[in-house]
Amino acid sequence: MGQKYANLVKNAVGRMVPTEVNGQKQVPFQGVGKYKPDARKYSSKISSCADYPEDGNKQVASLKDALVKAGLKDGMTISTHHHFRNGDLLANKIFDIAKELGVKDLRWVPSASFPCHEHLIQYLEDGTIHHIEGSMNGPLGRFASHGKMKGLGVLRSHGGRYQAIQDGDVHVDITIIGAACADSFGNANGLYGPSASGLLGFALADSEYADKVIVVTDNMVPFPCSPWQIQGNHVDYTVQVDQVGIPEKIVSGTTQITKSPDRLLLAEMTAQFCLEAGIIRDGFSFQSGAGGTSLAVGDYFAKIMREKNIKARFARGGSNKYLVSMLEEGLVDYILDGQTFDLDGVKSMADNPNHVWTSPFTSYNYHGKGNFAGLVDVVILGATEVDVNFNANVVTHSDGLLLHGIGGWQNCLFSKTVILPIPLFRDRIPVVLDEVTTICGPGELIDVIVTERGIAINPKRKDLIEKLKDSGLPIKTIQELKEEAEKICGKPAKPEFDDELVAVIKWVDGTIIDSVKKVKS
Amino acid sequence: MSNKIATAGNTGKKVRSDCFVTLELKNSGGIKIEQKSKVEVLYGKANNELCNDILKFYGIENAKLSLEDKGAVPLIITARIEAAVKQLIDTDKEYLLDFIEENNYTSEKEQFRFSRLYLPGNTPSMMLNAGIHDPNGIILDLEDSVAFDRKKEAQLVVRNALRGINFYGAERMVRINQFPKGLEDLKYLVPHNVHMLLVPKCEGAEQIKELEEKIEDIKKQYKIERPVLLMPIIESALGVEKAFEVASASENVVALAIGLEDYTADLGTRRTNEAVESFYARTRLVNACKAARIQAIDSVFSDVGDMDALRENVKVSKGLGFEGMGCIHPRQIKVIHESFAPEADEIEKAKKVVNAFIDATEKGLGVVSLGTKMIDPPVVKRAETTINLAISLGLISENWREEFLNSEI
Repeated sequence: MGQKYANLVKNAVGRMVPTEVNGQKQVPFQGVGKYKPDARKYSSKISSCADYPEDGNKQVASLKDALVKAGLKDGMTISTHHHFRNGDLLANKIFDIAKELGVKDLRWVPSASFPCHEHLIQYLEDGTIHHIEGSMNGPLGRFASHGKMKGLGVLRSHGGRYQAIQDGDVHVDITIIGAACADSFGNANGLYGPSASGLLGFALADSEYADKVIVVTDNMVPFPCSPWQIQGNHVDYTVQVDQVGIPEKIVSGTTQITKSPDRLLLAEMTAQFCLEAGIIRDGFSFQSGAGGTSLAVGDYFAKIMREKNIKARFARGGSNKYLVSMLEEGLVDYILDGQTFDLDGVKSMADNPNHVWTSPFTSYNYHGKGNFAGLVDVVILGATEVDVNFNANVVTHSDGLLLHGIGGWQNCLFSKTVILPIPLFRDRIPVVLDEVTTICGPGELIDVIVTERGIAINPKRKDLIEKLKDSGLPIKTIQELKEEAEKICGKPAKPEFDDELVAVIKWVDGTIIDSVKKVKS
Repeated sequence: MSNKIATAGNTGKKVRSDCFVTLELKNSGGIKIEQKSKVEVLYGKANNELCNDILKFYGIENAKLSLEDKGAVPLIITARIEAAVKQLIDTDKEYLLDFIEENNYTSEKEQFRFSRLYLPGNTPSMMLNAGIHDPNGIILDLEDSVAFDRKKEAQLVVRNALRGINFYGAERMVRINQFPKGLEDLKYLVPHNVHMLLVPKCEGAEQIKELEEKIEDIKKQYKIERPVLLMPIIESALGVEKAFEVASASENVVALAIGLEDYTADLGTRRTNEAVESFYARTRLVNACKAARIQAIDSVFSDVGDMDALRENVKVSKGLGFEGMGCIHPRQIKVIHESFAPEADEIEKAKKVVNAFIDATEKGLGVVSLGTKMIDPPVVKRAETTINLAISLGLISENWREEFLNSEI
C-alpha cells in the first residue's frame, strides 16, 4: 500500500501528483505542449514467418488455449478494447480463465470499461487483477474510489492510450481483440456479423506493439477477411467462439436525441452560439459526442445548415444514425469516424466510401506529426464540473467518486473552439464551481461554457467575445454563473478525502495532470 | 391533536429535486434528525442545520425527523417540513426563507400572454427551470394537477416558489382551486407577489366579486397596493353563456381562458382535433372578451409530441381572435410564440402603414394615405400593434423605420 502515499509534487496546474505510480517513474504535467520526450518509439520484437503456420491458419481451439500458448503468467499486462461497449463478453471470460489457471497480479489495460465488467471486482479482490489502467465506469470506479484496488488506477484518454503504448509507457504482454468478423490468419474488422460494432481503431496500438496478439470472433470467414482493419500480420492466434458480444448492448444506450426540454434548450443555445460566432459556415468541420445533448446539437446544426444552405467538409464522430443522415443528405462531405454507436453507422461505414474509419493514432495521438482533432473547427463536449478558471472535470463527481473515463475528451480539447453545454446544476449539485474536484482539462483549452442560464466565454477568446457582444444570447462571466448556481443550490461543502491516492489522470502527453484520492468513508 | 406522526413530500425512484419528510413528536429525548440524501456530501450539514432551525421555530423540542432527500433546494425542504409540522401542531406561523429581490417585478394589464406554462403545484422538479424556457407566464397549479389530499402541501410549495424561485420575468400566475375552496388558497399567494390568479370553472360575476373581496382583505392586512389580476377560466356551458358578465366583472379581469376538456364533458360530447364541438364556445368567448376589451386565451393543446399539429392549432386559434394559449410542455412555448407572431408579409404591410402615418403627422396632414388609398385610423392602430409585437418578439429592430426608409430609396 506504500506506493499509494508516494511523494507528491505540485504540477503546472497547481495539483499535487505522485512522482511514481505502480513502481514506474512519472512526469508531472508541465503545461500544454511543454513536455517533449527526446526518445525513440517503443519497438515490438521482430517475428519470423518461419514460426507461423505455412497455410496461414493460426486458429487454436479455445480462448484458454490461446492465452496459455501466449504464455499468460503472473504480473503480465493484458489489454482489451471497448468496441462491444456494455455488451462485451470477452474481458470477463479472459479473467475467468486467468483465475482458473491461478495467475495473479495482472494489470488490465482496457480502452474503456463498462458496467458489464462489474464481474471483475471479485478478481480485483482476490488478487487475480492487481490494478486497472483505463477508464473505470460505474461499479469499478466506485470500487477504486474506496481504496480497494491494490495498485493505483491510471486513466488515459483514447489518444493518451495510443501514446502510452507507442512510447513504451505501457508494455502490453498479451492483447485480446474481439472482432465481429475475422479470418484464421488474423485479419479482422468490426463491420460484418452479429456483433458488428463498426471499426476496431482502439485495438490498433495493441496490435502493433503487444508481444502477443489474439483475435477472437464469432464470425470466422475464409481468408481474406476484407477490409482488414486489423492486419493479420500482427496476429499470433485466432479463436472462434459462440458469441463475443451481446448485440443489443453493443449499440450504446445514449444514442438518442434527448427529450428533456432543458437539454434541448442547451443544444439550441449552443447551435445558435456557433451560428452567431461564424463557426457554422461553408466548409467547416465539427465533432459532437454521443450523449443526448450532443446529438441534439448536431440536429440543430443540420437545421441551420439546411436553412442557410451551408455544407460542412467533415464531421468527426462518434457516428450514429443522425450523422449518417446528414452525410446522406449531403450536409457533410465526410464522416471521420472514431467509434460507431449504432447499426446505421456500421452500415454506412461498410457501404459509403465517404464514411471513413479512423483510429486514435490518426485522430488523437499527441506524440505524432499532428492529428485530426486539432483540425476540427468546433467540438461539443460534456463535463461533470467546470471551475471559474474554465478547468473541467469528466472523471469524478462532486462527491469525489470516480465514475467515468476520459474517452477522447482530452484529445478533442485541441479543436479550434471547444464548447461545453452543461446544466448549471443537476439536482442541487452545482456544475460551475470555484475549483473542480479533478482537473482533466486545463482551462486554457476550454473556450465556451453554455448553461441554460447563461453562456460564459473564456477571457482568452477575445475574438469570440467581440463577435458575440451584440448577440441576443445571454453572455455572462463564469463567475456570474457560479454565483447564480450557488444562489439557487446553496454553497456546497467540499467532499472529504483520505490522503491515500486511488488513481492518477494522465494528460495527452503522458504527464500527470491530477490525482484522485480515496473518499472518506 | 392526537396524531403524532406526519409525512409530507414525495418519494420514489423517479422523484427529483424533492424530499420526503416524516415527523414524529415525542415526549422526551430531544431532537433527532435522520437524513438520507443524494447530496449528503455537499449539503448534509446545511440540511441538518435547516431542519433544526425549523423545529426550533415551531417550538418543537422532542421529535424524530427523517429527511429522505433527492436534491431538494432549501425552499422545498422547508415547505415539506412546515407541511408535516402543521399536521401535528395547530399554528399559523409561517417559516419563510428570504423573498429574492429578482421576484419583485410587476405585470401589466396589457402585456402579451401568448404562452403560459402549467407547473403542477406539488412537483418541485419542474419549477426550478420553468423560467428559462421564456414563457410569457408560468402557472403554479393548485387545482387539477394536485391530488386532493396534497392540497395543503402544495399551497406551501407554491408560496415558497413564489418567494424563492426566479421565473426570469415570466408573469407569475397561480391557478387556485374551484370556488369556494380556492378562497383558502389566497393567503398563501397574495402576500407573495402573485401577479395573476386563474379562476377555474368560473360561472358568474358573483364569484369574481367574492374573490376580490377576500383579496382586498389580505392586501389591506399586508399593506399591498398593486393589483392582483384575474384570468377566469370558462369551462362549462353556463360559463360560456355568462362569458361577457365574467369578462366585465372587474377591472382586474384582464383575460378569459377557455378550458375545453371540462367544457366538452359538460356538453356530453367528445373533444376532437377539428374542435367543431367547441366552435360556438370559442367564438362566443372571443366576442365577449373583445366586447369587454380584454384578452381571449385558448385552451391547452395536449399532444406534446406533435409540434406540427400544435402549429396548425395555433393558426386556427389566432384566426378566431385568441391572443394566447396554455402550454403543458416547455417545447410548446417557442412554437406558440412563433405562430402567434405576425407573419413577414403582415409586418411589411404594417411598416408601410405606420410609416405613412408618421409621415402624415410630421407634415401636419389630417389624412393618412398610402399611394392613392386612404387609411382609416383602426387600420393604423392595428399596424402599430403589429409593429410593436414584431419589435418585442425580436423580429424587427426598434430602428426599423431607418432601415425601412433606406430600403425605399
